Amino acid sequence: MKNQQADAVEMQSIYKYFDNFCALNAVNLKVRRGSIHALLGENGAGKTTLMNILYGLYRPDGGKILINGEPVEMKNPNVAIEHKIGMVHQHFKLVENFTVVQNIILGQEVVKAGCVLDLARARKQVMDLSKTYGLAVDPDAKIEDISVGMQQRVEILKALYRGVEILILDEPTAVLTPQEINELVNIMHNLTEDGKTIIIITHKLKEIKKSSEYCTIIRRGKYIDTVVVKSVSEQQLASMMVGREVSLVVAKAKADPGDIIFRIDNLTVEDNRKIERVKELSLYVKRGEIVGIAGIDGNGQKELVEAITCLTKVKAGKISINGAELQNTSPHYVVENGIATIHEDRQKRGLVLDFPVKYNLILENYNKPQFAGRSILKEPAIHQFAEDSIRRYDIRPEDCASEPARALSGGNQQKVIIARELSENPELLLAFQPTRGLDVGAIEFIHSALIKHRDSGHSILLISFELDEIMNVSDRICVLYDGRIVAEFLQGEVDENEIGLLMAGGERKNGI
Amino acid sequence: MLISILLAVSITLMYAAPLMFAGLGGVISENAGVVNIGIEGMMTIGAFCGAAVGYFSGNPWWGFAAGGLSGGLLALVHAVASISFRADQTISGVAINFIGPGLALFLSRKLFAGSAMTKPVEHPIPTIFGSYAAKSSNLLIKAANIEMTVPIVFICALVLWFVLYKTSWGLRIRSVGENPAAADTLGINVYKIKYVAVFVSGVLSGFGGATMTLAVMNYFTQSTISGQGFIALAAVIFGKWKPHGTMAACLLFGFAQALVVLLGGSNSKIQIPSSLLSMLPYVLTLVSLVLFVRHSTAPKADGIPYVKGH
Ligand SMILES: Nc1ncnc2c1ncn2[C@@H]1O[C@H](COP(=O)(O)OP(=O)(O)OP(=O)(O)O)[C@@H](O)[C@H]1O
Ligand SMILES: [Mg+2]
Repeated sequence: MKNQQADAVEMQSIYKYFDNFCALNAVNLKVRRGSIHALLGENGAGKTTLMNILYGLYRPDGGKILINGEPVEMKNPNVAIEHKIGMVHQHFKLVENFTVVQNIILGQEVVKAGCVLDLARARKQVMDLSKTYGLAVDPDAKIEDISVGMQQRVEILKALYRGVEILILDEPTAVLTPQEINELVNIMHNLTEDGKTIIIITHKLKEIKKSSEYCTIIRRGKYIDTVVVKSVSEQQLASMMVGREVSLVVAKAKADPGDIIFRIDNLTVEDNRKIERVKELSLYVKRGEIVGIAGIDGNGQKELVEAITCLTKVKAGKISINGAELQNTSPHYVVENGIATIHEDRQKRGLVLDFPVKYNLILENYNKPQFAGRSILKEPAIHQFAEDSIRRYDIRPEDCASEPARALSGGNQQKVIIARELSENPELLLAFQPTRGLDVGAIEFIHSALIKHRDSGHSILLISFELDEIMNVSDRICVLYDGRIVAEFLQGEVDENEIGLLMAGGERKNGI
Repeated sequence: MLISILLAVSITLMYAAPLMFAGLGGVISENAGVVNIGIEGMMTIGAFCGAAVGYFSGNPWWGFAAGGLSGGLLALVHAVASISFRADQTISGVAINFIGPGLALFLSRKLFAGSAMTKPVEHPIPTIFGSYAAKSSNLLIKAANIEMTVPIVFICALVLWFVLYKTSWGLRIRSVGENPAAADTLGINVYKIKYVAVFVSGVLSGFGGATMTLAVMNYFTQSTISGQGFIALAAVIFGKWKPHGTMAACLLFGFAQALVVLLGGSNSKIQIPSSLLSMLPYVLTLVSLVLFVRHSTAPKADGIPYVKGH
């Protein structure tokens, strides 16, 4: 019998050390049953670590966990699953070459005759769930072929399929569009009305305001406070989390664009399954200009980026920078021509996770004379460069140069990539979701880094699902829908609602 | 004509059967993310135990079972080293390839009066038509009279395919080979699955070795297993880590060995030096790997030891 008064989750004075680095220092967390509880903290504060402990993936080095008032020893995820705890991880845990259905049922398969998979029935269960909660997925697609947004939905379905009572969402909205976020918030409210409890990690203060009742703040592994969300402002939350005042909107001067340096003409790109994802798309970027591409995930962004970076073949059309044609050449050629790229999936495309941070920082420049002479790496120079980058981009912990990139928190991994990509002063920076999963302090930092890059006479093509980001940073905004640019505006010419409408396939305007 | 084709087929099958057992062994362990270079060693110990137990018990099936068991036990050594202690899987496999033949030689000298080879097995694995073929004058039946191990290995392949692609166990095994961290978060015991897969891999390799000594030859010497384990591994890669593909690749390599026999026969019209001919299976393996394996993709986490919490 459940104790009706007890909190769904209570974590008391949790400690966690990685070697002798203290990731959690006496952190407390109390979550009321049926509530939505936000966990807020900077990149590397220890949020994911705390939740991994709750889910039984890490063993704490001290402290107690109570579920519904009963002490529980979370030895492994099985114990958590038994207590109906589900977790959607910040970095998805999906088997890439399995289908959506296979991923959802893995470990709790629908079978007949003891062990034979009943995929038809499984598929139906999944589709029922997907319909009930409005989480659209393609059940038979392989994970490697679907967008990050859909992968996210698969992860949520995975938890719902297991009948969770306590759902942990580690940055679930980092990759969702504004509309999808609203839907998710609705889903979360439906779930809590059902009596379920949700712990949500997010850096987006707006969402916390919209969705959560309580918010616990941790900073650098220490418990700061738990507040009732209604009674504090976004600004207050931000300062509590960072420990200083932060500005939520970037300041920037008006753009002063020069000549066109980068252009795409009538580009058509197909995906793995031979479906056209980019359709006769044309656009250009001028020197000293930030062009933002707004659009809902899955409208061709991934293929556009892969075409520009030569990771995929172009079916038709031209891509050129300073007159040099890039389509169907090689990624190396693209880099050589002054294009740097921040990829959407930092773990897959951005980093070699098992390499130390310092090698990750020179992945593109390892053969430049300052880092290698006659093919021999110059270790001291590399180390020095790493230390400088770490300081300049505030990558934490400060002494991580020789640590594997894997050991950094998600946000800090992203900073490593940005440090690397900006280090060569690229003519054009292709930034695809550059602030995915970053805290407000870090976003402020990266946005001002982008603007500084622009002000030094370089160009940026920003592709983001984050409408706020596009609106704040871009000088010119293109709206991408179904593989085409359907509208184009200068900053300030348009409001969020109008773009939101166009992103969803609304009427075509100022078409090009 | 029909008879010589049939003969070529049955010789191909005879030589392919040991490869197929071992290849299936490779498929299951690699699908669970453990590279098994040690197949050669597991085949060798299986071949010896098959011959020895077959000789002493007078029953080839006891020998066959013993071959499988000994291969499985040796595989457990590989499992302990590479799964529990996270030793490099290639190095651990190489060690197995030293232990297998060494142990076989040691036991052979102990059991067979200091001889490095076993005595011939009196009753080898029976053939599908058995004594009926001996009595029959029908040449077709004589030519098609293959050993029971051949249908057995095809059944094994079918079972393995079914398990891997149609059951919940298979889904779990493959998930462990692709993304063990994902499997772990869903409460799947990654280590247990890897252990079971490696053990089964050893059993199948042992069967392959025993097939060599109980169906192809009828005794064990140091050269009974000479590279079949590695050819089987190549077949796994050639077969894209899938049971059916691997079976097909093994048939191809078996055919190469059959050619050695067929073309090397004294009554054959073309005379090729036998030493050149016996290179054929190995050369074919190399060539096929070079030419066709470009698009083959291994399970993502194949060969990477799984450490919790990383
Ligand atoms: N497996 C590990 N080994 C060593 N250090 C680790 C490991 N996992 C996390 N850390 C360290 O612990 C700290 C907390 O990391 P955690 O991932 O919990 O941060 P977070 O609050 O989730 O940040 P983010 O918002 O960037 O995801 C970081 O400094 C990180 O470098
Ligand atoms: Mg995190």
